[in-house]
Amino acid sequence: MEFTREKRMKMRLAGDRRGDQYPHSLQFYQQPPAENISLAEFESFAIDRLKLLKVVENLGVSYVKGGEEYKNKLQQELRKLKFQYRALIEDDYDARRKDHISHFILRLAYCQSEDLRRWFIQQEMDLFRYRFNELTDELVQKFLKYINLSYEAISKEVKEKLAVQLINSTPGLSGAKIEELMFYKVPLQDAMDLFRVRRVYLLDAFTYVPHTDMVAIVLNNFRTKLSKALALTARSLPAVQSDERLQPLLNHLSHSYVGPDYSIQKNTGKISIEHIDALSVKSFPLCMRQLHKALRDNHHLRHGGRMQYGLFLKGIGLTLEQALQFWKSEFIKGKVDADKFDKGYAYSIRHNYGKEGKRTDYTPFSCMKIILSNPPSQGDYHGCPFRHSDPELLKQKLQSFKISPTGITQILELVKGMHYQLACQKYFQLTHDVDDTGFSLNHPNQYFAESQKLLSGGRDVKKEPSEPENSQQKLSSQKSTNSCSIPNSSNIEGDTELEGLDAYFTED
Amino acid sequence: MAGFEPSSLPDLLPLYYRRLFPYGPYGRWLSYGGVVKNYFQRREFSFTLRDDIYVRYQSFASPQELEKEMQKMNPYKIDVGAVYSHRPSQHNTVHMGAFQAQEKELVFDIDMTDYDDVRRCCSSAEICPKCWTLMTIAIRVIDRALVEDFGVKHRLWVYSGRRGVHCWVCDDSVRKWSSNLRSATVEYLTLVKGGPDTVKKVNLTDPIHPFISKSLSLVEPYFREYALVGQDILGCRESWEKVVALVPEHILLLFTLLQEFPKKQDSVQRWELLRNKMDKHRVRNSPGRWLGSEIMLQYCFPRLDINVSRGLNHLLKSPFSVHPKTGRVSVPIDLQKLDHFDPFAVPTISYLCSELDTANEEEDGEKENEMEPMAKRRTRDYKKTSLAPYVRVFEQFVDEMDRSRKGELLKRSDLQRDF
Ligand SMILES: [Zn+2]
Repeated sequence: MEFTREKRMKMRLAGDRRGDQYPHSLQFYQQPPAENISLAEFESFAIDRLKLLKVVENLGVSYVKGGEEYKNKLQQELRKLKFQYRALIEDDYDARRKDHISHFILRLAYCQSEDLRRWFIQQEMDLFRYRFNELTDELVQKFLKYINLSYEAISKEVKEKLAVQLINSTPGLSGAKIEELMFYKVPLQDAMDLFRVRRVYLLDAFTYVPHTDMVAIVLNNFRTKLSKALALTARSLPAVQSDERLQPLLNHLSHSYVGPDYSIQKNTGKISIEHIDALSVKSFPLCMRQLHKALRDNHHLRHGGRMQYGLFLKGIGLTLEQALQFWKSEFIKGKVDADKFDKGYAYSIRHNYGKEGKRTDYTPFSCMKIILSNPPSQGDYHGCPFRHSDPELLKQKLQSFKISPTGITQILELVKGMHYQLACQKYFQLTHDVDDTGFSLNHPNQYFAESQKLLSGGRDVKKEPSEPENSQQKLSSQKSTNSCSIPNSSNIEGDTELEGLDAYFTED
Repeated sequence: MAGFEPSSLPDLLPLYYRRLFPYGPYGRWLSYGGVVKNYFQRREFSFTLRDDIYVRYQSFASPQELEKEMQKMNPYKIDVGAVYSHRPSQHNTVHMGAFQAQEKELVFDIDMTDYDDVRRCCSSAEICPKCWTLMTIAIRVIDRALVEDFGVKHRLWVYSGRRGVHCWVCDDSVRKWSSNLRSATVEYLTLVKGGPDTVKKVNLTDPIHPFISKSLSLVEPYFREYALVGQDILGCRESWEKVVALVPEHILLLFTLLQEFPKKQDSVQRWELLRNKMDKHRVRNSPGRWLGSEIMLQYCFPRLDINVSRGLNHLLKSPFSVHPKTGRVSVPIDLQKLDHFDPFAVPTISYLCSELDTANEEEDGEKENEMEPMAKRRTRDYKKTSLAPYVRVFEQFVDEMDRSRKGELLKRSDLQRDF
């Protein structure tokens, strides 16, 4: 990325070509912006989009995605930040341009690590899903064609031949409905999330997807493309980072997402090992409670479990010495003797604390990381029980933890709608006997902290759910505390040009 | 069959790698017709040497180089990994992050230890002809789905040499699959869920997906012989209580199974009793409607290790590698004769070497082969042993891939001519 101070390049495309550039209000972000923009605009676009994505995140863990309330709040926010909020408005060139450019700027900030990419992809997908669902049928067809995802609809004859299989593969479908419903023949690569859970018929490498599920196909494609693009952008990062003006801004942007940093050891040493059993029942989220129980029962945890649980314990304040003692005392009750423990396992615990290997001080896993990466297999206890357990097993587990039948039904309903964090919040409410959590859950350590706060009486219980404004406050307060690392707008020459933004997004 | 002593490996391996390992078809397999540039060269191999010394990221300029190295190092075990962006042997010289696994066969690992809660005959690494049926069922179920549902052509099923089977799916398109797609596939193929503390591991709900009904129709023919007669899962109180534990409480009350089971003679009769009761009380959409199928699946349905299949860079024991504990060669399984495959008939390295000795003694008497080139002699060497039929299965698999590759090329050039 280069700055030119001398010459201001042709900024805007000529009026008559504007329409060509953004034929749809919804975008797939395939082409990076080719125009030059000023550093001031760069910054304000980026911050606005970050605000928007923070809202998307908070709404997603506070309301049922796709519900009326969720949609209304999101629309308000889009309107307020001057992104296009309705699909049909014709003359919204500026909004479309802002959408386009701001998306690409955040790519630069959020390609830098696995965690950042995961966060960014998740929020962009939620935003995209909302906007796609707002399209009319006709616009959907047009849009699919525009992004080259128009699939062949199966003929009446084929549909009749496959009717039984289609009915048995597509939940909630009756024989009558099948006649009016359009089915598309989609290669299995494009329908991963549908065939994974057997929601579609799969035959000879093709899935048969009902019109109503096409949003999943588009999202799948969106995620694949975005994730590849971010990986490519990451490669050109050294060039971006060497730019002394952009680098602090991008760093600031990328640090704004996490909320509290649970790797900061403000609690260190405040926990004693003897209390963990009691805490695991009172204040651990279900994922950690499950890990703790498995460890006590089996005197062992596999690697995925040791990472997830070990880092969580570190986050709630276990020191390295305590951790070594804790794990060792449990493991030697099982098949591992003290010597084998010191040789085989102590390393990975010191590693968690940054004392071995690359010496990275590892951060406790967020909900998103647990939900999206490294699913557990046979004999594993890590992962998110709301995401990774079979609903029937989850039910059994909740019953054994004495959750009321109505509570269990509510949780399972949320799980069914894939609202895993909301399900976990419901679990919090039920186990703490409150009507409202009063926070948007996105981290197991946050769960723990909130629980402790509540149990020690340090929190006003009947608080209203957090408003989206919170996120902005957080952002702006962070901005002021971090102001040394951010280019203050007064330092920026307003007409400084950024040239060749597209250079960082070239195809492989 | 000659007994195998792990301590004899250092003596036997050199002979095995010099005279018996099927380098020809093996090299042909992993070169994939030489269509993609440096495909073989970018493949990771890893050797396990004596005393568990593990050497990763080995790669070779050609199958001949691999052969030379195998004969030099005589590895206890050989694993095959992914095809990387760069030669694995040079992975240290490549900028970090740039060295990435690009392609690999889709692999499945089915291990008998994962069935310990439903086997009464053996546990952990042990197997016997009774529980081997579980592997037969697993292959039938997974292979059908791969062919019919996933449209896959080239599968190599291999006995691991000890307690399980591996599958290598080798189609060109499948080797390019992302790890997300691989884990989606494993999830599609998984019905048994939950760890050791989960009682009921299979839960079916309406509608029953065609994958499940087709799998059931493959499991059912084995169920009586295998589970009721062989494993005798309703044979005594202790084991039928495990089955009864799978019946939801609200129907259990109606069934009075625990009172009636002791009056019946054997597992077959008790299963009939259970089925009759279920038919009588079957309620639409109630949990328990599919109880009979759920029990069958819990006892018989394949259990896959998702970690092995998901990661592109995950290593898997190579076909024709010797299992260092049992001495048995990891051999391909002929699906045409799947029900007759006997893991205990798979030759051990010591048996093969003794066969070779006998054959050579006979030939020495004739004294006519001395001038023959080494390579030619070796092709014939394994033919003198009981490894021969397994190598033939392997060759057929590689030939079939060659044929369809040529078919593809022909089709493409025909198309070009048309234009
Ligand atoms: Zn057995």
